[in-house]
Amino acid sequence: MSQAELDKLIRSNYEAGFTTTVDAETLPPGLSEDVIRFLSAKKEEPEWMLEWRLESYRKWQEMPSPTWAHLQHPPIDFNEVSYYSKPKSLDNAPKSLDEVDPELLATYEKLGIPLHEQEMLAGVAVDVVFDSSSVFTTFKEKLAEAGVIFCSISEAIKEHPELIQKYLGSVVPQGDNFYAALNSAVFSDGSFVYIPKGVRCPMELSTYFRINEANTGQFERTLIVADEGSYVSYLEGCTAPQRDENQLHAAVVELVALPGAEIKYSTVQNWYPGDENGKGGIYNFVTKRGVAHDNSKISWTQVETGSAITWKYPSVILRGDNSIGEFYSVALTRHMQQADTGTKMIHLGKNTKSTIISKGISAARSQNAYRGLVRISPRAENARNFTQCDSLLLGDQCGAHTFPYIESKNPTATIEHEATTSKVSDDQMFLCRQRGIDPEKAVSMIVNGFCKEVFKELPMEFAVEAGKLLEVSLEGAVG
Amino acid sequence: MLEIRDLHASVADKPILKGLNLTVNPGEVHAIMGPNGSGKSTLANVLSGRDNYEITGGEALFEGKSLADLEPEERAQAGLFLAFQYPVEIPGVSNMEFLKAALESVRGAQGKEEWDSVTLLRKAREACKQVSLDASFLKRGVNEGFSGGEKKRNEIMQMMLMEPKLALLDETDSGLDIDALQVVAKGVNSLRSPERGIVLVTHYQRLLDYIVPDFVHVLYNGQIIKSGGKELALELEQKGYGWLTGEEESA
Repeated sequence: MSQAELDKLIRSNYEAGFTTTVDAETLPPGLSEDVIRFLSAKKEEPEWMLEWRLESYRKWQEMPSPTWAHLQHPPIDFNEVSYYSKPKSLDNAPKSLDEVDPELLATYEKLGIPLHEQEMLAGVAVDVVFDSSSVFTTFKEKLAEAGVIFCSISEAIKEHPELIQKYLGSVVPQGDNFYAALNSAVFSDGSFVYIPKGVRCPMELSTYFRINEANTGQFERTLIVADEGSYVSYLEGCTAPQRDENQLHAAVVELVALPGAEIKYSTVQNWYPGDENGKGGIYNFVTKRGVAHDNSKISWTQVETGSAITWKYPSVILRGDNSIGEFYSVALTRHMQQADTGTKMIHLGKNTKSTIISKGISAARSQNAYRGLVRISPRAENARNFTQCDSLLLGDQCGAHTFPYIESKNPTATIEHEATTSKVSDDQMFLCRQRGIDPEKAVSMIVNGFCKEVFKELPMEFAVEAGKLLEVSLEGAVG
Repeated sequence: MLEIRDLHASVADKPILKGLNLTVNPGEVHAIMGPNGSGKSTLANVLSGRDNYEITGGEALFEGKSLADLEPEERAQAGLFLAFQYPVEIPGVSNMEFLKAALESVRGAQGKEEWDSVTLLRKAREACKQVSLDASFLKRGVNEGFSGGEKKRNEIMQMMLMEPKLALLDETDSGLDIDALQVVAKGVNSLRSPERGIVLVTHYQRLLDYIVPDFVHVLYNGQIIKSGGKELALELEQKGYGWLTGEEESA
């Protein structure tokens, strides 16, 4: 492929880049204890929640922002960000979809996420979060029949305080890292899931995050607790309008898999990546971590195509014996996107097993780094890890980097690491074209093939969506 | 259907073809033979439009259209097929998926009816059978982990499904044992038809025992220096190329 052809490849459109006009109550930019008090009061939170937030804020103030990642960006002025924006129509929580602002419904229709239950993909319940607030959660009654709690985290704080107090911050403590501390102080909304003992969640659960307002940060908090022997599959999707300014997104996701439970967490992240000159786009600083107790399993699958900056390491603490952690990732960067993403697998229990499959695709002037830690603690007898990270380069101005960290303190551990870097070769392109396949389709086919091992881990509907997303992201391909 | 007149072509600015003439009519099978480095594979690559193979003079017309004006995929859509000497692997893209994309494009461009998935699968299985490839190969990545012989048979299988007007086979016999050679030859012979032209590029006469050509051409130093019938191949087998090129032939 020639450079000119590649240049075309990277200039494709961002289909979710539109803006919705809604009358919103948005707090002026700036962060202080007063802002946190205001936010907490607005959400009618109990005193303990406010205290928890303030404690986090004080920790955050003493922490430096991390600089170790392979990322470059101007310092973020946290006083230029607004920490609260809520469509006014959501002031009184809508009880049915008829009460939801049609503008909001239209937004999700446009994004291909119909909220009317009868129109939805059968078997997927959705919680939609628009800027700082949860709009609506579908299929609530049906889930309640199975004893499953699926609601916004704001609601859970009020309705299920005992679960929130027990588990919030139990996996990612308030002072875990700079962005987690910030999130703990100002998180606006997000989803809460509780699956009771022995219950197999009857449908896929999903949350759809949308940033709309300008200069607003989105700080969502997700907490999933799978009680003993239960199972849940959870999907997460994200988009944002196309804006020239950078917008901040700092989420925290905590997963708790109690003994014998299984949590499958899938993400398709398509935040606005910025334009080809690196203008605009989301700064995505996310902390995702799960704790796996005895005989439980946590599986992260992510398809990352968006954000100007991605800083994200979905991790598993394999605390219990025989627990399993998995990480399957596709990260596509183009334009001037920068991704520093990977995972941490912390083996504490005996016979713990982890698998890491990471596929990085870099195009244009983007930088794509895999950063992974595999740690085997002294008491983790017979721990096993398999890591495979493959990088695919499109063009000669992008970068692929691999930073694997392996710390083994137990001689019975088995650790395997494989890494490859390849290019979409001229020979592959020529074979496709000689068979009549146009170059654009050929690139998308080759890239999709490269990602197949990860896509097959996604739930069916998401796998299709992910394939299409790659195709769109690679649109305007070669000519 | 293929008219090559005084064709000059360069690879990375190095002239390889230096005034080549060749006419292929529908129904004919032509064999292009010649010593290593004579320009045989260059010819196949120039005709199919590989990057860096540049036409610097003369012309190559396919059904009256200048190939130089067409992108590689347009040449394929027009009915030109190249069976590769070294078929490349495309990991994770299944043979079936690949065939579907190829056939949709080519059949669409030629105004042929589209094959639904059931028809495609049936035809693909039949084609596999003809070249002794297990149908499970359809699910595997394109050439992924195939042996040399399997890759070549996979090329012929694709060719049978694509139903090209003009098939170019670039050293399809290289690296094949005698059994595989016969399988490949059987596949090619089944494609012989009054509407189709076939050009075999080969170093050895061996292939021509099984696919009997109508014409044999000797390519040397970028030009066709001798043409004849199938008996020319046998003569070359006995005498080597030296008597034509005036050089000692070592192979």
